[in-house]
Amino acid sequence: MDKPLTRNIKPDGSAASLAEYRAGGGYEGLKKALAELAPLEVQQQVKDSGLRGRGGAGFPTGMKWSFVPMGEDAPKTKYLVVNGDEMEPGAFKDRLLLEGDPHQLIEGVAIASYAIQANIAYIFLRGEYRLAADRLRRAIAEAEEYKLLGANILGSGFSLDLRLHTSAGRYICGEETALLNSLEGKRANPRAKPPFPQVSGLFGKPTIVNNVETLCNLPHILRNGVEWYKGLSRTGEPGTKIYGVSGRVKRPGAWELPMGTTAREIIEEHAGGMRDGYRLKGYMPGGASTDFLLPEHLDIPMDYGSIGKAGSRLGTGTMILLDDRTCPVRMVLNLEQFFAQESCGWCTPCRDGLPWTVSLLERLIEGRGRLEDLHTLERLCGLLGPGNTFCALAPGAVEPLQSALKYFRADFERYLQPQSTRGGVYA
Amino acid sequence: MILTPDEIQAIRQEAGHFPYPSAAAIEALNIAQRGHDWISDELLREVAEVLGISPADLDSVATFYNLIYRRPVGKRVIHYCNSVSCWMLGAEDNRRHLSERLGIGLGETTGDGEYTLLPIVCLGACDKAPVLMIGDETHFNVDPAKLDDILGETGAP
Repeated sequence: MDKPLTRNIKPDGSAASLAEYRAGGGYEGLKKALAELAPLEVQQQVKDSGLRGRGGAGFPTGMKWSFVPMGEDAPKTKYLVVNGDEMEPGAFKDRLLLEGDPHQLIEGVAIASYAIQANIAYIFLRGEYRLAADRLRRAIAEAEEYKLLGANILGSGFSLDLRLHTSAGRYICGEETALLNSLEGKRANPRAKPPFPQVSGLFGKPTIVNNVETLCNLPHILRNGVEWYKGLSRTGEPGTKIYGVSGRVKRPGAWELPMGTTAREIIEEHAGGMRDGYRLKGYMPGGASTDFLLPEHLDIPMDYGSIGKAGSRLGTGTMILLDDRTCPVRMVLNLEQFFAQESCGWCTPCRDGLPWTVSLLERLIEGRGRLEDLHTLERLCGLLGPGNTFCALAPGAVEPLQSALKYFRADFERYLQPQSTRGGVYA
Repeated sequence: MILTPDEIQAIRQEAGHFPYPSAAAIEALNIAQRGHDWISDELLREVAEVLGISPADLDSVATFYNLIYRRPVGKRVIHYCNSVSCWMLGAEDNRRHLSERLGIGLGETTGDGEYTLLPIVCLGACDKAPVLMIGDETHFNVDPAKLDDILGETGAP
């Protein structure tokens, strides 16, 4: 099984050096792009590859790029920004790539920048990833020394200045337009769209924001071709995916597998199955902002379309498992506390609605809940849902809540009973 | 002036990378905090002056981000992850143990000014939960016994 994204990741956790990266064909994709393809041809290859953004939303990467103005009349300054603000609970895949193979990301950045003709790129890295920051700084300096970054890369006439920005911690920074505000030194409030960042983004110039894993796919697509890339997958959605599992399994971790691998295979074979004495009750397929699925969904391929049809989202592809000894209501409370705290406060439904869900859940758990509170929680799921808020934070926040109310209703209702009759289901 | 000439120079250098200096606000606050542990009102005013922006504008940034401290902190800030995977696997036990051993609650600093205990959202290592950060170092698969070892190495009581 070909694992292009993680083949340089070493078991001891050290970073692949430039020499190691090059020995495996590193920077060949960039060389090919610069020497043989025009920027629009690179865009077309990525479009043809079917690569979808790996940050969570799954938007087609080539199409996103195609909205950037190109040609003689396009603005001279354009930006490529790497979204390395991995802060969603349950997500831990980009850390692997950032720490283990920084040159792969740098090559991806250079290819993407060439494709949209950006001469300045930023890596927006979450502040807590100190090791990744050190390794990226070193790798950027190395790439500059070997003319893989900077002026006239590999004698092609294309120049790229790559800078690392370490953020100061705030989940909303992962939202595309909030990230741009943060890079401009402001509070990370999201921006109204349109204009879309592809036309007016960082400092008002055309900007593409791509996730770390997305960009890491580019060197391999360019080097090995579109058909090879499509062949990596088990379903109609191409490539590999870094899937992950956290929770009460025997071997939690992250693995690069063909797109469309089932959750059952990931949990049972790669993560070793549930720990002894625990049973799977549900799982969130792609991080804290995705709807719960049930054990009956385990054989559905983990790709964007299939998980969407099952009523959830692939998101980051890193699963959080709920076991039969963890209370789903308390788990949802933890998730809502996170989202309420990390709401930037820019729009009222999110700023006021999320703390409301927290207080209703707290009241329920304390034994002071009423049946109408469950109806209010359901109503809030609609009020905070898609279309009613400025960005996707609140709609993401209510996904675990709405699905828990649907699938684990009895656990919520249990808290409405007198304490003496509830029984000791959860430790 | 609390900012050192080197810090002022570093902030100016950062500001020079952007089309307008205020874009360096977060980097500037990070530079100031590295040298002074936290951002006091006076420090904030000085950084704002170097960047040529109002202290109110800079404060709106400084108060927004989790890793910029607007109140005094100890020499080592302990950030324990309280997000879902860590919560499920024992983060609260670790927090209780830290509070008992250091004699401080969340947001508090030990009497000797050594440690401050703060929560943090997901540290991106959910497969190694529970996780916490002490200073710049992240510790994985932490339990109370391991915490004792970690704190022992730093000379904690």
